[in-house]
Amino acid sequence: MAKKMNVIIAEFESSGSLLHAAEKMNAEGYKNYDCHSPFPIHGMDQAMGLKRSPLGYIIGFMGASGMLGMIALTYYTNIYGYPMVVSGKPLFSWQAFVPVIFAITILMSAFGAFFGMLALNKLPRLFHPLFFSQNFGKFSDGGFFVSVESDDPKYDEEKVKSFLSSIGGKNVEVVKD
Amino acid sequence: MSKDLTDLKVQKEVLIEGNPTFETITDNVSRVVEKKPGKIWYILFTISGSLTLMLFGILAFLFWEGTGIWGLNNPVGWGWAIVNFVWWVGIGHAGTLISAILFLLRQRWRTSINRFAEAMTIFAVICALLFPAIHVGRIWVIYWVFPIPNQMGMWPNFRSPLLWDTFAVSTYFTCSLLFWYVGLIPDLATLRDRATDKIKKIMYGIFSLGWRGGNKQWKHYELAYLVLAGISTPLVLSVHSIVSTDFATSLIPGWHTTIFPPYFVAGAIFSGFAMVMTLSLIARKAFDLEHVFTPKVLERMNIIMLLTGTMVGYAYSMEFFIAWYSGSEVERFAFINRAFGPYAWAYWIMISCNVISPQLFWFKKLRNSIPVMFIVSIVINIGMWFERFVIVVTLSRDYLPSSWDYYSPTIFDIGIYIGSFGLFFTLFLLFLRYLPMVAMSEVKGVLPEADPHHGGGH
Repeated sequence: MAKKMNVIIAEFESSGSLLHAAEKMNAEGYKNYDCHSPFPIHGMDQAMGLKRSPLGYIIGFMGASGMLGMIALTYYTNIYGYPMVVSGKPLFSWQAFVPVIFAITILMSAFGAFFGMLALNKLPRLFHPLFFSQNFGKFSDGGFFVSVESDDPKYDEEKVKSFLSSIGGKNVEVVKD
Repeated sequence: MSKDLTDLKVQKEVLIEGNPTFETITDNVSRVVEKKPGKIWYILFTISGSLTLMLFGILAFLFWEGTGIWGLNNPVGWGWAIVNFVWWVGIGHAGTLISAILFLLRQRWRTSINRFAEAMTIFAVICALLFPAIHVGRIWVIYWVFPIPNQMGMWPNFRSPLLWDTFAVSTYFTCSLLFWYVGLIPDLATLRDRATDKIKKIMYGIFSLGWRGGNKQWKHYELAYLVLAGISTPLVLSVHSIVSTDFATSLIPGWHTTIFPPYFVAGAIFSGFAMVMTLSLIARKAFDLEHVFTPKVLERMNIIMLLTGTMVGYAYSMEFFIAWYSGSEVERFAFINRAFGPYAWAYWIMISCNVISPQLFWFKKLRNSIPVMFIVSIVINIGMWFERFVIVVTLSRDYLPSSWDYYSPTIFDIGIYIGSFGLFFTLFLLFLRYLPMVAMSEVKGVLPEADPHHGGGH
């Protein structure tokens, strides 16, 4: 089991104030914090100083392996597995295989996008200390929250609490695991 | 720069009416799922559930007895099963178009209908997949269509359009399901956080996967959604093109034409939008969601139907022209036979439903009238079913007049088709009962106050 982790959360009024809070958190040098909102907020990645998601590489890799795998399968089955001459065409008449190769490329990319996204987000994770908070559930309705996890290098309960209030956070709460 | 301009344009338009806040959106959509459904829901569910049971009964008899219970005869080896397959899979296309292509084009009015349309896609594709599966006759060897090493040392023939179909449609189903589910995750989290009883909390908790809506999650989520939209886009074009090659790669007069792929795709979008229209008109009335499915959205859907319906009409006339222009006697006969032969009744139903009825939408008054669009949307789907029927029964008069025959369905053909409606509506009713039918997080994202620069924040 992972070691116990406390989280401090503070509520903000709107997407705009959350964006400002994120900029200040980033400037202050916090790392393990997050900004929770009911929908993705435009410009939040820059405000939090986040790098681009590496998901594209995962999808590209999965799509390419699907394509190559399917080319290999059609090649193997038509040359060695079950060679069959149709209307005097070459055994590996690849034009006719394009639809299936295309379909599997798409399918594997979709798996890459879905499972890659879950893996990068460390989901499914049915339990998280944040769920202990009574107030936090509002994030999926119309609430905006900043959360700071206790494994942040700058974590100090009192300091974080006062900093969150100073940047406009309301209902500051320490959620204990 | 250009992106800023489109954003500006979108800001001016009110996408969701009635000035809702985030909380009212959550409330309006979630309460449909949270409260006990009305009597109507139970009545509809009983009807569609019984039809589904009837479907399963007929299928059991079909597996026992074989496809001889259908009305297939010697020239018409493909009957209603293929008609229904193409019809259902075509309906699915509107969902993907709305969720993928309109997403990429940043047509933000789609947010109110996309969840709904995607659900329709998935259920329509489930119904579609049923038909080729049962049409193989020996369902217990259906695994032969997949490239699985087997004791016979045989592999599927990758040159066959029927095999392309297997790959295209099952990929289509899987991608649509993943896309739909990714869109559902934040909304399932909303239902989880609002749930009051334990079972609901646990179930929505499991299916929302522990979503916490942090921006570090949104970052990957948004990219995944974008990419899924991107890779679903070619599927809108490819799936029905491949379905059309089932016909077009054969040497049957009236089928062997290059116009088939684009014509099928246009027809698919046409019928799919009609189905979305029918369902959303019912839902907006039944669940008081008039401010989400705004008249503007409905009008735009009507314009798309007018466009694609006219394209389909163009394809019909072009087929005739080419049949004449090609100078091929059998080709010419096939088309004259369609319009004036024993199936002329089906042909003219098709023309009047698909080509003439959408022309009503040229008039602003008519395309804004709810009863008109409701009736036209149903008429269009009848017409699109007849389109596929007309194509399939072209088989009844092939090259050899001695083998000509008239095809008519048996009660089992009809029963399976009606039963597939039962299956579709059962799934749809369950969806309305247990899942949010409007993408809440997306709708919230297009509200003016979602913009961080709203109200002079900067």
